[in-house]
Amino acid sequence: MTTPKELRAQGATPMVAMDDISVSFGGIKAVDRVSVDLHPGEVVGLLGHNGAGKSTLIKVLSGAYQMDSGEIRINGDKVEITNPRDARSHNIETIYQTLALADNLDAASNLFLGREIVTSTGLVNDAAMEAECRKIMGRLNPNFRKFNEPVSALSGGQRQSVAIARAVYFNARILIMDEPTAALGPHETQMVAELIQQLKAQGIGIFLIDHDVHAVMQLCDRASVMKNGQLVGTVDIEDVTDDDLLSMIILGKKPGEAAA
Amino acid sequence: MTVTTSQPVTPQNKRNIFQQLELDVRLLGMIGAFIILCIGFNLVTDGRFLTPRNIFNLTIQTVSVAIMASGMVFVIVTRHIDLSVGALLATCSAVMAMTQTEFVPHVLGLGLNHPITWIVAVGVGLVTGTLIGAFHGWMIGYLTIPAFIVTLGGFLVWRNVAWYLTDGQTIGPLDSTFMMFGGTNGTLGTSLSWILGLVATVLALLVLWNARRAKLAHDFPVKPVWAEVVMGLVVSGAILGFVAVLNAYDIPTRRLQRMFEARGDVMPEGLTMGYGLPISVLILIAVAIVMTVVARRTRLGRYIFATGGNPDAAELSGINTRLLTVKVFSIMGFLCALSAVVASARLANHSNDIGTLDELRVIAAAVIGGTALSGGFGTIYGAILGALIMQSLQSGMAMVGVDAPFQNIVVGAVLVAAVFIDIVYRKRVGAK
Repeated sequence: MTTPKELRAQGATPMVAMDDISVSFGGIKAVDRVSVDLHPGEVVGLLGHNGAGKSTLIKVLSGAYQMDSGEIRINGDKVEITNPRDARSHNIETIYQTLALADNLDAASNLFLGREIVTSTGLVNDAAMEAECRKIMGRLNPNFRKFNEPVSALSGGQRQSVAIARAVYFNARILIMDEPTAALGPHETQMVAELIQQLKAQGIGIFLIDHDVHAVMQLCDRASVMKNGQLVGTVDIEDVTDDDLLSMIILGKKPGEAAA
Repeated sequence: MTVTTSQPVTPQNKRNIFQQLELDVRLLGMIGAFIILCIGFNLVTDGRFLTPRNIFNLTIQTVSVAIMASGMVFVIVTRHIDLSVGALLATCSAVMAMTQTEFVPHVLGLGLNHPITWIVAVGVGLVTGTLIGAFHGWMIGYLTIPAFIVTLGGFLVWRNVAWYLTDGQTIGPLDSTFMMFGGTNGTLGTSLSWILGLVATVLALLVLWNARRAKLAHDFPVKPVWAEVVMGLVVSGAILGFVAVLNAYDIPTRRLQRMFEARGDVMPEGLTMGYGLPISVLILIAVAIVMTVVARRTRLGRYIFATGGNPDAAELSGINTRLLTVKVFSIMGFLCALSAVVASARLANHSNDIGTLDELRVIAAAVIGGTALSGGFGTIYGAILGALIMQSLQSGMAMVGVDAPFQNIVVGAVLVAAVFIDIVYRKRVGAK
């Protein structure tokens, strides 16, 4: 199997290319002509301060925001993503920072929200959904037990596994993770890291948004750094150090410029 | 992606009898409060409260508010409110009254009491209610005007549309078939009631049995057999007991005489006949079942509760929450129209003040029944029980001879107290 790096070297068409994207909110340019891309089996980190525009950029891809200008191509074809349903139809799944779960529903209902399994009479098949939910949770988080309780009764890690299960279950090709480990303890963070490796091996492309430079160094193949809505640069993780990334985030300078 | 391991289903440690029966403790609390209320009034009134006659009256008085309360559950669950239900009921009632007393007899020239009059009237009423509800929902969902404002406006608009349509006159008497939808004018009689009661019992037992089979099919934990049997007995007892009580209320002799005279017969000496199940109560039961199925077993219901729990999550899951708002308010409008059928048929005419203050009774019934104004929680049976409790309080106090102002003071205080108890309960069990 060719690695993402080799694919890029061959000039292969990326599975996702976001080209020249701009988003404004009432005169403020939240994202200013940013371009990023993603190959199969690759993890691309998006780094930057709060308000650097990384979440806004990625919400354009997941259909939560509309871009003002720019182009999104999936496997080379230009696509229109105007709402979350469009994104899902392109196998783009998102795990949000704020854990987009309905607190009053149980794990299975959240897992299948918007895509319920129905019986032949068109009624929701709760038993089948719970059975599927037990299967996937058995793989992702074997300690998970609270199937019949609303997710408000779950711990941060358990909630995160429901959110991840939702993305994984529906055969995502492109996965967006917005600070997936923000609310988690060390053990659960390790669990997410292992899961990312597992998903990579299956050829899924992942955009990982994170504050934590160490997590990005550990998990990502490339990193795109943003500052004040603009792209500072995209670097291969192998070629840079923690300090290089930090100076990109803080000073907005690429490693070569910083050294000069 | 291959899935190899499956999550083992662990039997939970059952602690007490309620958990073994898997009963909703909240529901038990409400039923308990209701029973205490009934027994209390019965003692004070020397046994006049729990007579078949009073129970019959209580049931038919509750129907109109209970039908609307079941729709209000969906509205409140999605974090909205509807202040216009009483006014909307009045408009629907006025439209139906004009249809059956003016449009069908004079414009269509079919005369009074034509067999199709009631179908046209009810159809026109239901369409009117649904369209007005959809219009409210469109303004709330798509124009993003807060539901409070839209329905506060609707409260004034529809109350006075009803007035304008009828010139403020009382319209009556209504079509004779139409009037069968309200209270004593349309009951099934004893034998048919018993048959229906038995059919309902069998169906209820089948539902219990199927639920258990579905769980067993997926190896989920099930209740012990004795608990299922107890549930089955309680359900059957409740259904058949209810039928027995309504059958026990005899049609007054003079009314029975008039009924025979109307048919040109002479009433046999010493004949007694029970009323049996009123058609309006059957409508309420049908609404309760359909609404419960919608809430628990359809995508629409799932999305209503998901949107109430976390509107952003619902939106991000690809649910069209704007269209959902239109649907929820359309259902509310439809149920207001259905309530208007029952209410005007029971009164045998359309009066200008029909449904006045119903919006508050309906909201109070839903809230007493455990619907959280913060959204995401509520049950149909809770709202109906809430309506029943409110009506019992009101009619019980009237029977005891409590002055009118005190009646309303008590009902208001009970509403606030019920919500407070609910907040304390939710904190105790740790639910949100």
